[in-house]
Amino acid sequence: MSERFTRGGKPTVTAPSPAAVRRLRAGSRGAVVPLAAASASVLIAGVALSGCAQQRDGDVYTVMNSSTDESYHRWDAEAMARCGERLGVRIEQQSVPAAQVMTKALRMASSKSLPDIVQFDASEMPVFAQAGGLVDLRSLGLSTRDIPEGIVNFGSYKGTYYGAARSVNTLALFYNKDILDQAGVRVPTTWAELRETARKLTEGRRYGLALSAGGAEDGVFQFTPFMWSNGGDERKLDGPRVVEALDYWKALLKDGSLSKSTVNWTQADVNDQFMAGNAAMMINGPWQVETLNTRKSLRWGIAEIPVPEAGATSVGPLGGAVLTVPRTGDAERERTAGRIVACLAGEKEQLTYALNSWMVPANAKAAAVWRERVPELDALADQVAAARSRTARLGAGWPDVSLALQSAFQSALTGQSSEAALQRAQQRATSGN
Amino acid sequence: MTTSTATAPAPAATATAVRAPGPGRLRRRLAQWGFVAPAVVFMLLFFGYPLVRNVVMSFQHYTPKTFFTGEAPFNGTDNWAGVFQDALFGKALWHTLVFTAGSLLGQFCIGLALAVFFNRRFPLSGALRSLILLPWLVPMVVSGIVWRRILDQDTGVLNSFLDTVGLAGHTPWLTSPDLALLSVVLVNIWIGIPFNMVILYGGLQEIPKELYEAASLDGASAWRTFRSLTLPLLKPVITVVLVLGFMSTVKILDLILALTDGGPADATQTLGTLTYQNSFVQLDFGAGAVVGNVLILISAVFAVFYLRANRTEGK
Repeated sequence: MSERFTRGGKPTVTAPSPAAVRRLRAGSRGAVVPLAAASASVLIAGVALSGCAQQRDGDVYTVMNSSTDESYHRWDAEAMARCGERLGVRIEQQSVPAAQVMTKALRMASSKSLPDIVQFDASEMPVFAQAGGLVDLRSLGLSTRDIPEGIVNFGSYKGTYYGAARSVNTLALFYNKDILDQAGVRVPTTWAELRETARKLTEGRRYGLALSAGGAEDGVFQFTPFMWSNGGDERKLDGPRVVEALDYWKALLKDGSLSKSTVNWTQADVNDQFMAGNAAMMINGPWQVETLNTRKSLRWGIAEIPVPEAGATSVGPLGGAVLTVPRTGDAERERTAGRIVACLAGEKEQLTYALNSWMVPANAKAAAVWRERVPELDALADQVAAARSRTARLGAGWPDVSLALQSAFQSALTGQSSEAALQRAQQRATSGN
Repeated sequence: MTTSTATAPAPAATATAVRAPGPGRLRRRLAQWGFVAPAVVFMLLFFGYPLVRNVVMSFQHYTPKTFFTGEAPFNGTDNWAGVFQDALFGKALWHTLVFTAGSLLGQFCIGLALAVFFNRRFPLSGALRSLILLPWLVPMVVSGIVWRRILDQDTGVLNSFLDTVGLAGHTPWLTSPDLALLSVVLVNIWIGIPFNMVILYGGLQEIPKELYEAASLDGASAWRTFRSLTLPLLKPVITVVLVLGFMSTVKILDLILALTDGGPADATQTLGTLTYQNSFVQLDFGAGAVVGNVLILISAVFAVFYLRANRTEGK
């Protein structure tokens, strides 16, 4: 800290201080002046101090994550306490809102105050890895045994394993059992069935299906299972397969099976609509289960997202966070951080975390146990097995494509032709703007 | 004790009188600078530095890598060309202008009407006036989230209300690209009314009552009194309200993020959301800085108007 203080504070502290010293000799009239100057230097000192938020302390290790929810924060704190005890260190948790993890980590990198472990959303990790900010976890002794290849890739950038996932999630079709039973319809498995069922279940204020096509990553996340199951490729947004998928969304909207508000809904909004009985089915992820279960009268089921043709594989997006060790330049601490990651992402901790958060363990052995313990989410485990990471093909180029895609499906859902919208998106994605 | 303090400065004063550039004069100079120094340091540190940095950054290839290496190679006008060629920039600029003009017009007209209304004392006027301040006290993000619910097409309170009174109940306030910008402007007008009302109300209170008496003796109608008396005397305050309103409206970000996230289909992207998206979603800080600079430039033009207005008011 002292080093940063002198470096950061130098030009600013010297500015008022000569004046302040002279002022002290200025006699009675100057009495107020030192006070003014002093207040300025206090202010400046404050600024200089705030620059050095983190000072690494011997046995205290910091994990930065986005567990700002009370329950997640508690589960993480408990896991960290257990691992800390096992490794003989103290692990502190620093939680910031998910959207700020990347920018905060970058700021910390420039001020050389990175925490020992950062939990990134897996779609963001490549950006940090590309900037050269992460340590290869294999070099720290982490093994990828028992972790399915898809999930190893999920935590890798250009073949290097930077991020260990504790659990993964994906999207699935949630349905209201009572509504389906009453209407006497089966859970849809193909696009045609989904369209038909959704139309049948739309009644009065209730829509057949709810999904998020909001102008943020939520909407893109929800579009990918339709794009990928249809054979679409995010590197060629104007390809016929992607256009078909978007046309399918448009058809659902045109049928009236989707609310027109879809373009303004986040995934949390979708869940609210489903819970309120305003939608018979929804596309959503397991992180909503905790909220869903607060409504005891709601009987819901879960199934794989319908596919274009019977027999096709339902390919969803892999979601979730990965634990990474940023380059701090202190090899000894990095090694310990690696051991902490290994513990937090170990089979035992994974199972505990997955059972708490309703997500699927990344480790195959833990996942097998999890399937037995949570049979109602079996469909989710199948969906995860075939799921794909958003950054597998694009790496650090994902954010540009994601933004272009958001704009495209929103344009198409509000009137434009899918083809024109996606053609523009492809141009925008390749121009990098 | 009084004598000792009174006599003490006397010799010092004569000393400076004899030797013009003596230590006393210097001391006073230093004291003057000492008073100015905190403000200057503050301005340089918190306004000057970020401003210069932002301009420099707009000519740099500034990426996530820069945070590690500290290297941000200059790339000439690449960032500027990239931003200006982007169709979204033109759209965002237009939306910003519409949003700002629409918001100011609505806020100001309703604010002025309310200020004139409350300028007359009537029972409960104080209580009502303070109630109208509420939107100002609610954090912008909270207002945004609440309005997003109110304006929901199917389950929103507004559409339910319109439905019950037999009007078009399925208005896609935030979900149609044609309407979204208008809805956002309406919400911002709601937020901005209190600020306009309070400042204009203060201005109205300053106008001497005798002038109104004279006007009524001359037989001026209410409208004539407002046009020939209230408006001209309120002019300096009006300028200040509009310029301050402009500067806080043109850089709008939080409200739009909470209401529409810039959507649907970029229909509510403004320069504020664009610079946010460039810098913090795409992590292209150079491009973000370009858009930020354009915003600063626009604000700076109006800041000049503001200073002018202040100066004429001072005279």
